[in-house]
Amino acid sequence: MPSARLFDLAKTIRSKNAGVDHITFDVIFPDQATYDRVRRSGALSRAAISRIFDLSADRLTDHVEFDPALAIKFTIRRAVPSGSPGDADIFGSQQYGPLLELEIPP
Amino acid sequence: MTVSIQHRRSANRTLRIVCPNGHLGFAPIRTGSFEIGLRSDPDLVCADSGSCDIGPGPLGQDISSSPLAWQTHDLERMLLGARRLGVPMIIGSAGDTGANSRVDLFVRIIRELAEKHSLPSFRIGWFHSEVSKSLIEARMAAGETIVGLDGRAPLDSATLAATDRIVAVAGVHPYIALLDAGADVIIGGRSSDCAIFAAPAIRAGFPEALAYYYGKVLECSSFCAEPYGGKESVLGEITMEDVKVTALLPAQRCTIASVAGHAMYERATPYYEHVLGGCLDMSQCVYEQYDERTCRISGSRFVPTAELKVKLEGAGKVGERFVGMVGVRDPYTIAHIDEVIAWARTQVRERFGETGYELHYTVYGRDGVMGALEPLRHRPGHELCVVVQAIAPMKETAEEVCMTGLRQMFYARLPEVKGTAGGVAFALDEVLPASPAYRWTLNHAMRVDDPMALFQSGLFEVGV
Repeated sequence: MPSARLFDLAKTIRSKNAGVDHITFDVIFPDQATYDRVRRSGALSRAAISRIFDLSADRLTDHVEFDPALAIKFTIRRAVPSGSPGDADIFGSQQYGPLLELEIPP
Repeated sequence: MTVSIQHRRSANRTLRIVCPNGHLGFAPIRTGSFEIGLRSDPDLVCADSGSCDIGPGPLGQDISSSPLAWQTHDLERMLLGARRLGVPMIIGSAGDTGANSRVDLFVRIIRELAEKHSLPSFRIGWFHSEVSKSLIEARMAAGETIVGLDGRAPLDSATLAATDRIVAVAGVHPYIALLDAGADVIIGGRSSDCAIFAAPAIRAGFPEALAYYYGKVLECSSFCAEPYGGKESVLGEITMEDVKVTALLPAQRCTIASVAGHAMYERATPYYEHVLGGCLDMSQCVYEQYDERTCRISGSRFVPTAELKVKLEGAGKVGERFVGMVGVRDPYTIAHIDEVIAWARTQVRERFGETGYELHYTVYGRDGVMGALEPLRHRPGHELCVVVQAIAPMKETAEEVCMTGLRQMFYARLPEVKGTAGGVAFALDEVLPASPAYRWTLNHAMRVDDPMALFQSGLFEVGV
């Protein structure tokens, strides 16, 4: 099995406001094997996410492996509340882009 | 034929709700699946109309973000359907923000629709959710802490003073009271999304643990179904043992994956939902495929809280706002865009000083969407668009700050730039007035003794 991009492995990769002070990310997989493969890889671990988005540890407020939905979910604290002057993504809906190209080993 | 909850009720006592829209007014409902819903023997027709996703502007300015025509379209469909069947209709968080003026607007629309269609008489119940600054001030003066949510500090008087409008987030209580009073249509102020659906279920005697989950799964209508497609109706059914939700659009299904996936949608954790009076615990939920288009959920729990805490949302004006934009194509300028912006900022500072305004630069093509979160910000594209926003107390100042911050990019002095006839490209050599800038000043919670205390309600009869 070759390595693959997260784009090719996940069914859904999205970001969205969770209230006015947080943005939450959902990465949902089509089957148990793919879900397990990505979990095992550590590509979406707390440490990996902090590195990708250059976050201080306290801004990554939640990180859950949510088995019923075959999903990895994490939540970050916004730099400013949504819609404040200078915020360019009021819905928080376009923050997931960097996840698509993550390489997941076999 | 597939067995579906559209055709067969559970033998036990049930309550069915059709939900046509997860944010009524924001985009028109799709009427085809809603008509199927109306033919599925619903006991109520309910929808949420609010969201803080739209930013602090509408609450601060006391406007809707949704056009009146779309709000009226959806209310008309729901009202005619509900009155035809003789079942209650409930709308929560009216007009995007749930502010008093939005509740009054929706009540007026319902009244006008009743006249337009000569509907037989029915009762409209409503409640307001706004909380005055003076009430909160008095509480703080009495030594009460208004606690911050999501990591915010407790409310201080400066932040309260900078706030223009505050709504409290209601629980099930005002809805239950209005149903008890005989309301056929309820227009609610700001409320927890799930309370709109949980209220009639709790009132009918179903367990709170299932009722709040019932609300949670229905509140976004077809977002709990797959394939993705918004604004389609879904049908929910609650019994004493479980909750079922079925997709009504023939092309959609509610699956374990789609319903569990929705449980985590736009929320920090998939397990807990706080409402006035307690917390819904979804950590032990069991999801089963009931039929091809229906998911069955059981195992949710509700933990009542000893102390009642109501969530407060508040927006405050930052100032008047103007925007402008420029394009950049020179690769050298692109590589030094921060110096161009610094030059323009310096010119603004020299004219307007250090304070009394805000100036924001958003560099599309580099990190416009993600800002500091952007891992590729060191690799800008071959052209950039820079959006300049200026905010100041007076329109005239905002306009001039914006114009200075924009036009001085044209004159930026970079040591090795080859182009000396203008550093940026203007599609529009002007700055444009934008909506005033607001910010979310309150995301806090306040203790209350009575869950109804902040929510003034009324009931009256309309129709012929």
